[in-house]
Amino acid sequence: MSNAQIVSHVPSAAVPLANRVWQRHTPIQKLLRFIVWFTIVLAVVQSVRHIEIIPEFLYDAPEQMQDMLGRMWPVDWEHYQSDVHAALVETLHIATLGTLLSIFLAIPFGLLVASNLTRNKGLNLFARVVLVASRSINSLVWALLFLAVFGPGAIAGTLAIAFRSIGFVGKMVGETIEQMPRGPIEALQAAGASKFSEIWYGYWPQLKPAFLSILLLRWDINVRESAVLGLVGAGGVGMALDTALNLFQWPRVATVLVSIFAIVVITEIVVTQIRKRVL
Amino acid sequence: MNIATGTAIVPRQSSAFSASLTSRLVALAIIAYALYASTQLGFSWPRFVAGLEHGARFLSRMFPPDLSKGDILWGGIMETLQIAVLASLAGILLSLPIGLLGARNLMPGWVSWTARGFVSACRALHPVIVAILFVKAVGFGALAGILALVVASIGFIGKLFSEAIEEISPKQVEAIRATGASFMNVVIFGVLPQVMSRFVGFSTYQLDSNLRNSTMVGIVGAGGVGGVLFSAFQRFDYGFVFTILFTIISIIIASELLVNFVKKVFHV
Repeated sequence: MSNAQIVSHVPSAAVPLANRVWQRHTPIQKLLRFIVWFTIVLAVVQSVRHIEIIPEFLYDAPEQMQDMLGRMWPVDWEHYQSDVHAALVETLHIATLGTLLSIFLAIPFGLLVASNLTRNKGLNLFARVVLVASRSINSLVWALLFLAVFGPGAIAGTLAIAFRSIGFVGKMVGETIEQMPRGPIEALQAAGASKFSEIWYGYWPQLKPAFLSILLLRWDINVRESAVLGLVGAGGVGMALDTALNLFQWPRVATVLVSIFAIVVITEIVVTQIRKRVL
Repeated sequence: MNIATGTAIVPRQSSAFSASLTSRLVALAIIAYALYASTQLGFSWPRFVAGLEHGARFLSRMFPPDLSKGDILWGGIMETLQIAVLASLAGILLSLPIGLLGARNLMPGWVSWTARGFVSACRALHPVIVAILFVKAVGFGALAGILALVVASIGFIGKLFSEAIEEISPKQVEAIRATGASFMNVVIFGVLPQVMSRFVGFSTYQLDSNLRNSTMVGIVGAGGVGGVLFSAFQRFDYGFVFTILFTIISIIIASELLVNFVKKVFHV
């Protein structure tokens, strides 16, 4: 809002300077802003009225949380070696393989969605719909779909991570391509390069640093995401969490949670280090 | 590449874009890792082929979409939207002060580190795991979902908001300070006007992402259409699954258009 323009909607030449009315927004802008605010208020009021929140539960929440955390303490470290460790490694494999797989799946759509590379409105729209669909189906839901196809286990999880990542990676690749300087590409076109050479020698070298950064970012997200896939049976550390939760073994739950927390922190450190060295 | 051009054979010369030794080694290592990891996860060709067969059957059972359970779907969708709206509202309102506390250029070190630590903790665990914990703490239903998404919103907006505040120009802040303004006035007239447009951007993004996430917290019992979806899966009611998925995707596309409109209205 700080950059909203100062608009005078009286023709400047017609009115003497002293009589000119300065306003921050035109009437239409004001009206649109009012509509947006009104809609927000309406949505909130509507939600508060209809959602079923039992007040007793809300008042009780801090106490219940305290009770739950109390039961989790102390963390049961003996449990880690016996079955958290293997599951944690599986989670990392799922996240990494899923990210690698998403490269092959996402790049074609990234190329198709960029309107300066693919000059076909229909193809742009098609790629955009695929990318949005991939992002709007959550990784857990993707996992459910692949469970129905491949059965329980890590294969469903890996594909879920890969398919969920298509939307993110493809969108970022498309945006990067759209913002590229045209010089090198025009030079290639002037030299009569084929479409493939154009992409390989013109777009790819410009895309590469951004692409690495996108993949690192997505890998970081995927490590977090793959930790929950086990809740629906798609492999990884989530399965250990699910078992412990169903058995109400709170110290074991705490072990799994602390392990997930640790792996997330380690991932973040690794990503920061790679980013520093390579980019 | 000179095969593709089909012209006379060019004398061999070093390519302008040849890969360096390190990048070749890294690529090799990645391929080796991918092969190793796929054996570890039990991928195999027969399994893949069997999967394709199941997949075909699965897809054929999704059609025709089941349109008969409109009211169940509608109830779930409404609850999902309400969870997203309330969680975004609470999350945005809470992350405003927390983000301010985390800005290193406004706050003493111990305050900003505490606030940043809290924000990182909110971001560390996946919203679904947070939702499970809230389901255990406050019981099944929308409340657990709202609380989980509030935590996620603080983790996201709080961090970006702190970073946005750290990037502001100090000149305006100093000008306001020079007038002898109180700290609150410095924040309201010196800091907020500079970051407000970015804050609107983060908030609309978070609303969008809360909408996506609120479709899934139901899988662990925290309200919304996720629960309906999960039970349809467990009943093998794939026609209804298709209907639900289609509805979710349409809503998210609609919300993306809406968010773009709101951003335009606020000049973000």
